[in-house]
Amino acid sequence: MSQLIVSPSPHVHSKENTTRLMRDVIIALIPAVLVSIYFFGLNALHLVAVSVIACVAVEYLIQKFLLKGKSTIGDLSAIVTGVLLALNLPVSSPWWLILIGAVVAIGIAKMTFGGLGQNFFNPALVARVVLLVSFPVLMTSSAFQAPESGYLFGNAPEVISSLDATSGATPLAFVKEQLAKGETLSSLMQNPNLSYGQLLFARLGGSAGEVSAIALILGFIYLLIRRVIKPHISLSILITVALFTGILWGINPEKYTDPLFNLLGGGLLLGAFFMATDYVTSPMTTKGQIIFGVGIGVITVVIRYFGAYPEGVSFAILIMNATVPLLNKLKPNRFAKEAQKA
Amino acid sequence: MSNIIIFTIATLAILGLLLAIVLYIIAQKFKVEEDPRIDEVEAIMPGANCGGCGLAGCRAFAECAVKEGLSSIYCPVGGNDTMQKVAQTLGLTVEQKAPQVAVVRCSGTCDKRKKTSVYDGLATCSTIASLYGGDTDCSFGCLGRGDCEAVCQFDAIKVNPQTGIAEVDEEKCTACGACVKACPKLIIELRNKGPKGRRVYVACSNKDKGAVARKACLAACIGCSKCAKECAFEAITAENNLAYIDFNKCKMCRKCVIACPTGAIHETNMPPRPAPKPAAQPVAKPVAEEKVNMLNN
Amino acid sequence: MRTFKLGGVHPADKKISKDAKIEKLPIPEVVYISMGQHLGAPAEPCVAVGDKVKVGTLIANAAGFVSAPVHSSVSGTVKQITAIKDLAGKPSKTVVIEVEGDEWEESIDRSSDIVREIKLGQKEIVERIKCCGVVGLGGATFPTNIKLSPPPTAKPTCVIINGAECEPYLTSDYRVMMEYGEQVLIGGEILMKALGVDKCYVGIEENKPEAISHLKELASKNHPRIEIVKLKKKYPQGGEKQLIDAVIKKRVPSGGLPVDTGAVVQNVGTAFAVYEAVQKNKPLFEGVLTVTGDCSNAQRNFFHRVGTPLSFIAKYCGGIPAEAAKIVSGGPMMGKAVVNMEAPTLKGSSSILYLTKKQTLRHQESNCIRCSKCVSACPMGLEPYLLNKLGRVGMMDELEAHYVYDCIECGCCQFTCPAYIPLLDTIRQSKAAVMKIMRARPKK
Repeated sequence: MSQLIVSPSPHVHSKENTTRLMRDVIIALIPAVLVSIYFFGLNALHLVAVSVIACVAVEYLIQKFLLKGKSTIGDLSAIVTGVLLALNLPVSSPWWLILIGAVVAIGIAKMTFGGLGQNFFNPALVARVVLLVSFPVLMTSSAFQAPESGYLFGNAPEVISSLDATSGATPLAFVKEQLAKGETLSSLMQNPNLSYGQLLFARLGGSAGEVSAIALILGFIYLLIRRVIKPHISLSILITVALFTGILWGINPEKYTDPLFNLLGGGLLLGAFFMATDYVTSPMTTKGQIIFGVGIGVITVVIRYFGAYPEGVSFAILIMNATVPLLNKLKPNRFAKEAQKA
Repeated sequence: MSNIIIFTIATLAILGLLLAIVLYIIAQKFKVEEDPRIDEVEAIMPGANCGGCGLAGCRAFAECAVKEGLSSIYCPVGGNDTMQKVAQTLGLTVEQKAPQVAVVRCSGTCDKRKKTSVYDGLATCSTIASLYGGDTDCSFGCLGRGDCEAVCQFDAIKVNPQTGIAEVDEEKCTACGACVKACPKLIIELRNKGPKGRRVYVACSNKDKGAVARKACLAACIGCSKCAKECAFEAITAENNLAYIDFNKCKMCRKCVIACPTGAIHETNMPPRPAPKPAAQPVAKPVAEEKVNMLNN
Repeated sequence: MRTFKLGGVHPADKKISKDAKIEKLPIPEVVYISMGQHLGAPAEPCVAVGDKVKVGTLIANAAGFVSAPVHSSVSGTVKQITAIKDLAGKPSKTVVIEVEGDEWEESIDRSSDIVREIKLGQKEIVERIKCCGVVGLGGATFPTNIKLSPPPTAKPTCVIINGAECEPYLTSDYRVMMEYGEQVLIGGEILMKALGVDKCYVGIEENKPEAISHLKELASKNHPRIEIVKLKKKYPQGGEKQLIDAVIKKRVPSGGLPVDTGAVVQNVGTAFAVYEAVQKNKPLFEGVLTVTGDCSNAQRNFFHRVGTPLSFIAKYCGGIPAEAAKIVSGGPMMGKAVVNMEAPTLKGSSSILYLTKKQTLRHQESNCIRCSKCVSACPMGLEPYLLNKLGRVGMMDELEAHYVYDCIECGCCQFTCPAYIPLLDTIRQSKAAVMKIMRARPKK
């Protein structure tokens, strides 16, 4: 017999580890990626592949040459960031745009703070917002106004003729633009591309990850079953958005879009299921998580209804990310209070 | 154009004046009267804020020195020089103290003390000590996980990965005593540095019976008392199967070093021995010399 | 189905040895009876070298309030009273007895008849339990008589017998319930009488359906005041505070006693020992021990005489398996790693568990990903990730402000941590340091 191992208890560990959790997130994102590839073909594949490879490469290089530490790409978190970044970009993004996104996400938002677990803001969202502010035209154009060049492989996407009505803009942007022009909602909602069925299964405007609500919901259910995340954050966001928009819609249905449209349109589901639930940048306690979710919901609706941008999920999540250290001051429910000393 | 410049300058000037007045009033209002000598003493202190004196830091030391004098406090880091200067500043006198150094009382290197289990928990000595005897059969010796290294502010004590034992760099050690408190096995001791750094000490803390100690570690003190018998100055006591040399009585004749059958008594910075007398034990001598070389390296 | 509300984890069950009947382990040639059998002050030997002792002879008196007497588990001659290394390699005062035959004290009733009628009065029961050296056999080995004499301010309302056995692998309590169920329930009746209460619950986890139905049947026949409570399978259900929360929905206040809720918790094994002490006048010198593990050569349950060397038991069960990398005394979540197999068993020894390297070797720690799984898992509502961080930099005030002293060291946080951070290792150290500071503080 060799020497015995000695350690303090516990002597066993659950099967869970960081890599396994990250792998589960990747699996949960597969339906969304597949739907995107189904509709956009090689272009979507191009987007996801470039994004993932760029993110992993940036992390590897920074770890090796700047931080001079052990390689951390084995924990798969860079791949998760890569996929999430891809799903947050329009399919028409040229390769250099994705690359800038990867450098911002991994290089600035994640590794600057010390790598996995240390960052304050969701890396993919920081990249999305930086790109949105820096390249507004590229970022808000749809798949169908792609530049002729800018692809490493595959052709620039062809315009699908049946979808000219929305001219490729995202539903939220389209509605906001038309409302600003003085159109009424009741006439706008006649547009077949804004039907709930379209929104639920395949909406062809916007970022790659916003295409199908069903695919995102599938991924979310997988994460819940595998106990990777708890539903508190996502549900509190969705409920808040539904309630808030419901109230305003009830007051003036001609000016404010209805709750279901708000839930399904835009990046709300992607944000609520995959971005806000990011472990690192969300609060630790249930109480904190619910406040976090409510905050995201309120800010999203405020930006959508009253702000300059048609979509506010990214900003809402980033703003609430900044409050996480404060929300972490909330203690979890204690088992019992101090004994009363007689 | 010139108007704008004049107004800008005037605005800034008035703002500056107002703020200066506010600051002055606040500074006067919240002024804390303090003995100016505290600042003077603090300036003399080494500024390590190590807590070696038993107070919270150099400022606390200075306050204590001004209020209560120097009879009960001593700054081991600054040593006699600093204490002398402080005493001069305050118009007091201070006793000279022999400079001290931390000494690790364990010589159970990896080759002398076999590992008998694999420790797989948090790598701190305190965790191991609260869990079990240690990963060797000696439950008194150095655990080598560096709790002392972690608390040392002077980079003076380090666990040597070759030997698995903490080693003190006597040039850097200020005898602040942080490691003495941190060591869960209580094997680190502050001893007088000795003239020219010459010291003789028992490098073992094992209180097990001789046979048990020897089985666990080849370099263990087995409590045979040979050293105590050899000592002409009654500096060595052997209690609980462990010898201890009183540094105040030791005259550094080094007879005990030769007498020790396991080489548990170490000597440092000693000049080479004179040619062996015929009576001296021929076997023990090379061991001792080897040790001198090892410690000098 | 009842369970405790906060936190908890679900380690794999692994009750491999559950169908092995309890056998009598042979008596070794020499036994080593440690004086530190229990929580509190070690007992003081009252025999001298050369004395003849019988099975059940008192060999050491309780040395203090929180302490318990120790009895000989064999008959023979006292050979030595010396320090022997315990299973952690730390020396502990031990009476070494050379075995000669198996002669019992006459006062012990060795018949197998079940004695139902409780003749002793309330005070006598507590006194008998104290004299027989009965201690809690659920792990902490707290002297039972102290629990049965609550402070005058506390008003006990019920007894809870802990049959949760929530630790993976362990089956000794299960076997006792299956084979000595009636005795356990009579033990419950005795405990009720000792405390002057008339309600008793037996909490059993759902993964032991046979034990639940067996005890339910026995209880319905003879013990109408005893209720069998089925509990959800969740670790650490067998923790005293968690069990009280699960069974009677009351929470033990922080720093308070369990009896503040009205409940007095005793383990199944303890209830059995209480029965034997009170009805059979048999001191506690025998316990039930499981030998198990995925790589173990045998899956068995034994009655062992206290003081039997672990190596003797291991040898009897076909030796230590070659794949065994760690040997644990107790369950895998809270048990102690054994470093010295020559160490003797104690009253509270519940298992010899062999774990393979793959099962037990810890993985390289990586960055905390702030997944909050430790916070969700903590049954005391603490924030282990934060306590770990504060503990590593020694921020004692902050640790106290985050209730580190509430930690029950169940290991849920470390078990569940996906980054393999040794959370409990640091928290345990910080807790000890903070408790030391708190105790040193002058009381208001």
